[in-house]
Amino acid sequence: MIRRLAIGTAAIAAIAGPGFAQDAMDVTLGVLNDRSGTYADLSGEGSVIAARMAVEDFGAEEKGLNVEILSADHQNKPDVGSNIARQWYDQEGVDAILDVPTSSVALAVADITAQNNGVFLNSGAGSTELTRGQCQPTTVHWTYDTAALAKGTGQAVTQAGGDQWFFLTADYAFGHSLEENTARVVEEAGGEVVSTVRHPFPATDFSSFLLQAQGSGANVIGLANAGGDTVNAIKQASEFGITQSGISLAALLMFISDVHALGTETAQGLQLTEAFYWDQNDETREWSARFEEQHGAKPTMVHAGVYSATMHYLRAVEATGSTEGEEVVAQMKQTEFDDPLFGEGHVRADGRVIHDMYLFEVKSPDASEGEWDLYEQRAVIPGEEAFLPMIDECDFSQQAG
Amino acid sequence: MFELLGIPPQVMMGQLLLGLINGSFYAVLSLGLAVIFGLLNIINFSHGAQYMLGAFVAWMLLTYLGLGYWWALVLAPVIVGATGLALERVALSRLYHLDHLYGLLLTFGVALIIQGLFRNYYGISGQPYQIPGALAGGQNLGFMFLPNYRAWVVVASVVVCFGTWFMIEKTRLGAYLRAATENPVLVGAFGINVPRLIALTYMFGVGLAGFAGVLAAPIYSVNPNMGADLIIVVFAVVVIGGMGSIMGAILTGYGIGLVEGLTRVFYPEGSAVVIFVIMAIVLMIKPEGLFGRTA
Repeated sequence: MIRRLAIGTAAIAAIAGPGFAQDAMDVTLGVLNDRSGTYADLSGEGSVIAARMAVEDFGAEEKGLNVEILSADHQNKPDVGSNIARQWYDQEGVDAILDVPTSSVALAVADITAQNNGVFLNSGAGSTELTRGQCQPTTVHWTYDTAALAKGTGQAVTQAGGDQWFFLTADYAFGHSLEENTARVVEEAGGEVVSTVRHPFPATDFSSFLLQAQGSGANVIGLANAGGDTVNAIKQASEFGITQSGISLAALLMFISDVHALGTETAQGLQLTEAFYWDQNDETREWSARFEEQHGAKPTMVHAGVYSATMHYLRAVEATGSTEGEEVVAQMKQTEFDDPLFGEGHVRADGRVIHDMYLFEVKSPDASEGEWDLYEQRAVIPGEEAFLPMIDECDFSQQAG
Repeated sequence: MFELLGIPPQVMMGQLLLGLINGSFYAVLSLGLAVIFGLLNIINFSHGAQYMLGAFVAWMLLTYLGLGYWWALVLAPVIVGATGLALERVALSRLYHLDHLYGLLLTFGVALIIQGLFRNYYGISGQPYQIPGALAGGQNLGFMFLPNYRAWVVVASVVVCFGTWFMIEKTRLGAYLRAATENPVLVGAFGINVPRLIALTYMFGVGLAGFAGVLAAPIYSVNPNMGADLIIVVFAVVVIGGMGSIMGAILTGYGIGLVEGLTRVFYPEGSAVVIFVIMAIVLMIKPEGLFGRTA
């Protein structure tokens, strides 16, 4: 299921204006994400809207870029995602693939993108492998990764006394990566991992696993999963009296869409790490209001990441006058950005984007003043501390020479 | 105090109980499927979507009309059943003379349409639905904390399952039904309105799915995909129990819940697959299912 969407009147302008036609450069972006499954609300159509906003705000048309946006549903399946990515590069002339939540799919797309010299602007996936073991010179990993989440939430919870961890882990690349990263942070902070359970993805019933956690002697249950799985696990933990019995929950990856679905009554007091929250400053509020007008909900950090990544990408395309993957990504790495949504930051030589992360706490129903007034900021984790240091094999500035 | 494979008995008891709770959902859902298949010969692939409808109707009754859980428990199955009745009258009834495959394709298509529509309107994150006040809280059983609501789910499902079995196997109405499936022409000749009997049976089977949906609403997130995840498992349960066998579907439902619960303790990674492994084994050894009559 592939949809086409011409941006503004750029296409028409390109044909109609004779002088324009020669200068206009075609850029095709493909938003590949989950449009129907458990991650559809945190990525899905919202990411397409975010990309479209970036193209409009960048003023692509005036700058002679004729941008077209495609979108497709990868159904969280690596084989489906790979097929679409190949088709996009081979037949649809796609220059960059955006978003791609679900790490297993993202890793497959990163590989295909490198083979085709495209650009992979990842916002939705969490695996650190994207810029480590399976790094590519054409990958830019924008929004977050499991190491940054682990650093924020893992460290804060352990230091607050939650030192005996039980991991409830989604059994695929992302969950494993998140568990591994968090375990390291917990141990560094003086805590201990008591036990681990890996649940099938997606799952609906977590009561069995929660009961095992209760019997393990742990005082923290680390939820190394995402989306509907996290929501169900938190709901059931409260139903089975887990939280009342003195065991706290650490949701290692939670998006504002999940907190919104749970409601402040159930989610209050949860600590979580995010790269973006709509109510941080005037710029984030202004952008989020425009986004909400089109989407009907506030943006998640994944949506924000798609916007900012597209913006930075288009700047590089304009500067180089090229859509060749390695060239554009090299340009993206050379220029630092001061982004309305992510603040100051840069793309490191391995493709990891370095920006600040934030530790938030979910407000209580009394403190929350509106449907989306959900977070209280607890700490800022500076970009240099939040993300893992670069490994030499992925330092593409060296290899390029 | 003995330990089984390193699992203390208290933990084991808790896990068995949880398995029974999940089994309750499997039992009610597979019962509906078995009734529909056994008496109508329709493989009802929209059963998962109808289960989801049950949960959503409960949520809508609360959100738009202010009617709480107990009302929903009565009204939602009737409303969902009525949509089933309409589907049977408009579409399914035209397919009885054709191969099973046509009914399967039709109901599968209907399921995709219903799920797509709900996804479009309500998104995927799910709607909150609270546990009714009378069933909030729970009991400390010593080996585990049992939420009252989960206990209620087991009781409600046992009552509904065995009530249905009794009605079909032991009453006059059930006898008519079984006779009508066996030889519709002859039963019609005795002055019984066979098409109406069949339509009401489908409505009843669909109503069971709606009932399970209401039971699920307070504990699982009410979202458009909730049935799609479950339906495949429930089909496996029906196949293991024996297509069309009422008692087989009920007992297998609870049994599979228990097996799945135990797998979650010993090898959590395998808990999604274990049902299908059992299904494969049963099909190899006893293709008609554990409780199926040989054709």
